[in-house]
Amino acid sequence: MENLKNIIDVNGLVFAFLFVGVIMLISYWISKNLTGKKIPGVAIAIIAGLALALLGNKNGLADLPLFAGLALLGGAMLRDFAVVATAMGADLYHIKRAGPAGLVSLITGVTISFIFGASVALIMGYTDAESITTIGAGACTYIVGPVTGSAIGASSDVIAISVAAGVVKTIVVTTGTPLIAKKIGLNNPHSALVFGGLMGTTSGVTAGLAATDARLVPYGALTATFYTGLGCLLCPSVFYLAIKLILNF
Amino acid sequence: MKIYGVALLAGCFLTGKLIGNILGEVIGINGDIGGVGFAMLLLMLLTTWMRKKGLLVQETGEGILFWTSMYIPIIVAMAATLNVKAAISGGWIAIFAGLSATVACFILVPLISRVGQKQNTGE
Repeated sequence: MENLKNIIDVNGLVFAFLFVGVIMLISYWISKNLTGKKIPGVAIAIIAGLALALLGNKNGLADLPLFAGLALLGGAMLRDFAVVATAMGADLYHIKRAGPAGLVSLITGVTISFIFGASVALIMGYTDAESITTIGAGACTYIVGPVTGSAIGASSDVIAISVAAGVVKTIVVTTGTPLIAKKIGLNNPHSALVFGGLMGTTSGVTAGLAATDARLVPYGALTATFYTGLGCLLCPSVFYLAIKLILNF
Repeated sequence: MKIYGVALLAGCFLTGKLIGNILGEVIGINGDIGGVGFAMLLLMLLTTWMRKKGLLVQETGEGILFWTSMYIPIIVAMAATLNVKAAISGGWIAIFAGLSATVACFILVPLISRVGQKQNTGE
């Protein structure tokens, strides 16, 4: 037993391959045999992942030494590498066609998310511009929140709330996308590009689209990847000043 | 050889990240703006061009396709390493802020999709 633990400790990534493979196998089995393929196997696997993450803290399941390899397999480097690889199957024609809509969706997505996040902060009793801006930024993505918060000097508990708001968004996008895809017309490259720009959370968008229709992933990922940058640009500058102006009235 | 495909992918990835970082520096935020997006565009342009020239042999393509197919397992691993506990313990503010922003944007998807398509068919 001690031997096995040592082997897994030094071969964390390889163990992660095995572990994720088993999750996929069980999830696809459940999808096929228990839900009649009504819930896609990918969606079940992602929800299982989220549920398992509750066993740990900041890094989810990877906080347990046995599963440390998951942090590498699911980390930003390999995730981005695989996301870029999906571009291989994408069609330039669709991207050229959806260009303007993609841009509109990015600007709208950041602005709307910020307004909703900031309004919630205001309603829940925050009165200082720094806290309201930071929580609004957190409603964009869990990266925009802390970047904005530390730029304008928000307190650490507010920054934690902004991260949490971003993670909530990621989880809602991940689990909600396959459920509402049909209702919002998310079934073609054009709307996937718009969807990516509006939602912005790269992890949520790519996971949600993967659970809906894997062919849409590259289109959503392409616009989503510009979102966090745009959010980090707008929130601590234009939006912060706007909130200050509004509060002074 | 498959490694040619993987190397091509790695080259696009790093170049895209570099562009994203330079762009971030120019604009004045310490980070990466659209690095992955630039890498994706680069890979699309390069593979389209190579296919036209007959340079993209099947083996090379398979090196990239392997990583495409690893994408979903990687996302599952990522889901398992998110700070889900914080999302729940962040309290009602975090849940309301994240949820309301997401629902609002979900509703906007068909609207903005239409705007874009009108523009295109109108041209």
